[in-house]
Amino acid sequence: MRTISYRDAIGEALAQEMARDRSVVVMGEAGGGRGVSEDLFPGRVLDAPAAESAFVGAAIGAATRGQRTVAAPTSGGSCFDQIFSQAAKFRYLLGGTARTPVVIRMTYGHSQCLYPVFTHVPGLKVVVPSTPYEAKGLLAQAIRDDDPVVFCEHTALYDTTGEVPEDSYTIPFGEANVVREGGDVTIVAIGRMVAVAAEAAGELAAGGIEAQVVDPRTTSPLDTRTILESVGITGRLVVVDEAPPRCNLATDISALVAKEAFGSLRAPIEMVTPPHTPVPFSDALEDLYLPDAQKVLNAAKAVVGYRRASSR
Amino acid sequence: MTGTLREAYRLMRTIRAFEERVHEEFAAGELRGFVPGHAGEEASAAGVCLHLDDRDAIAGTRCGHGIAKGVDVKAMMAELYGRRTGICHGKGGSTHLADLAKGLIGANGVAGGGPTLVCGTALAAKQQNTGGVGVAFFGDGAGYPGATLEALNLASAWELPAVFVAENSGYAETSASTWSVAADNIADRAAGFGVPGVIVDGADFFAVHEAAGEAVERARSGGGPTLIEVRFTRCFGPSDCLEWFRARVTGSGEVPGTVLDDIDAEVAALIEDAVCAAKAAPKPTWEDLGADVYVSY
Repeated sequence: MRTISYRDAIGEALAQEMARDRSVVVMGEAGGGRGVSEDLFPGRVLDAPAAESAFVGAAIGAATRGQRTVAAPTSGGSCFDQIFSQAAKFRYLLGGTARTPVVIRMTYGHSQCLYPVFTHVPGLKVVVPSTPYEAKGLLAQAIRDDDPVVFCEHTALYDTTGEVPEDSYTIPFGEANVVREGGDVTIVAIGRMVAVAAEAAGELAAGGIEAQVVDPRTTSPLDTRTILESVGITGRLVVVDEAPPRCNLATDISALVAKEAFGSLRAPIEMVTPPHTPVPFSDALEDLYLPDAQKVLNAAKAVVGYRRASSR
Repeated sequence: MTGTLREAYRLMRTIRAFEERVHEEFAAGELRGFVPGHAGEEASAAGVCLHLDDRDAIAGTRCGHGIAKGVDVKAMMAELYGRRTGICHGKGGSTHLADLAKGLIGANGVAGGGPTLVCGTALAAKQQNTGGVGVAFFGDGAGYPGATLEALNLASAWELPAVFVAENSGYAETSASTWSVAADNIADRAAGFGVPGVIVDGADFFAVHEAAGEAVERARSGGGPTLIEVRFTRCFGPSDCLEWFRARVTGSGEVPGTVLDDIDAEVAALIEDAVCAAKAAPKPTWEDLGADVYVSY
């Protein structure tokens, strides 16, 4: 199979969905981005002024009137009211009469990781693709989905490459991918952290510890079944989340497991996250800030090596 | 035109009676939440919406805009009462009154929430070549948020079939717009976006109707958006649009006063019926609480 970048996988999904469905319209400060152009899809690739409330709001409004829209705000933060107060609430507050098939492509990573914030909001679906393969299949599903979807693209993943089928395909929401099988410890990782967890799992295997690496792929809906089944077997959980530690996916998944699989746990849950700070600029600080394979390795070893203190 | 005059009067009277009754119910503790009033501003909703049809969508700010767009009065009243029979099944309330089937995308709970969404409904109409237009009503309070100004710019840049109707009551919630709108006229802002801007007297249905007709026609024919500033004073009296309308059409002999009296009586009965039906209707239940967050999840 051919190998392409995460960026090109996204562009390919956009182009294939636009060719498949004439109601798809894309808009952003750079038009539709890589892969789609006004020449290929006349009138359906809209260059937008850098006024994100306006064009994200327009994408939402058009989606209520029979279009499937994809909006790509560059900075993202200035259009949250449109996403939280309008798109997310339409269906519920309109008594189930609205369909709002809008996809908001939101970059994350170097500036901040806000997928937990979107995950918190009822009415939104949240997708966090970890590889080019996931990016293409999940974006195609997002465009075909009838609910508003926030599609979170990691800026550091754009130039990563992977095997991607040329033909169109979709990956269903709410179905985790088990990246690696293992019976000693479950490592759940989100977005770019999946590769970090897989690297740590490789090193753990060299030391005789088999980790099961789970990529939820979507944080809303969340595939709780796969996570709980895995912890049911391993009895140990490490969650790796690039978002800061308060109310992130690590705390959410840890709470789920603590409540639903308490009896299976053989060790306290470990969460590998950045500290409760903004993302720093200096590479020296960013290295300290970000979760990496060594931090995941340390957490997994701590969980596997845990021995309950004698109660007597 | 006589039919249109009767229809216009009926709409304005319905809006007036509906909102006066809502305020009575609210004051009596029968209604909860926040109920924005439109009393005194009926000519704007009616004068604009009488140009619209099923192809068109509006974003409103109050109940009156929905009534003018043809939303069922009884279902709206039931919504304000939080009833299951409400237009949004009791989940939207006054600040999210919407009826997509009638092209009402919402009486938005966010000041300035409507204009950006209307850019989208106008975009959809343009994509689908329906000839439809999008109309955003917003109060002078919604003239401050950046999103409203961004929407004007986007509608102009994309040549969208949109009409922006700024309803200037002189007050935004509790602040006087004479100091908070940093320009003498909201309509003057249109020039900054390359859009025509006009000012009309909100007490004069005919002035609003004529200006809206031109703006809607411009939008339908591909001429892009217009900003209409409808000016109101908040005191009733000589500037009251219903009295003004009645004096004009009975004075000219176009519509007899008895016909208008009959309409008044019919509307009063309709509103009474709507309130009684709403009070008698069932409230939503536990099953409704979790329903309709998503199409599928």
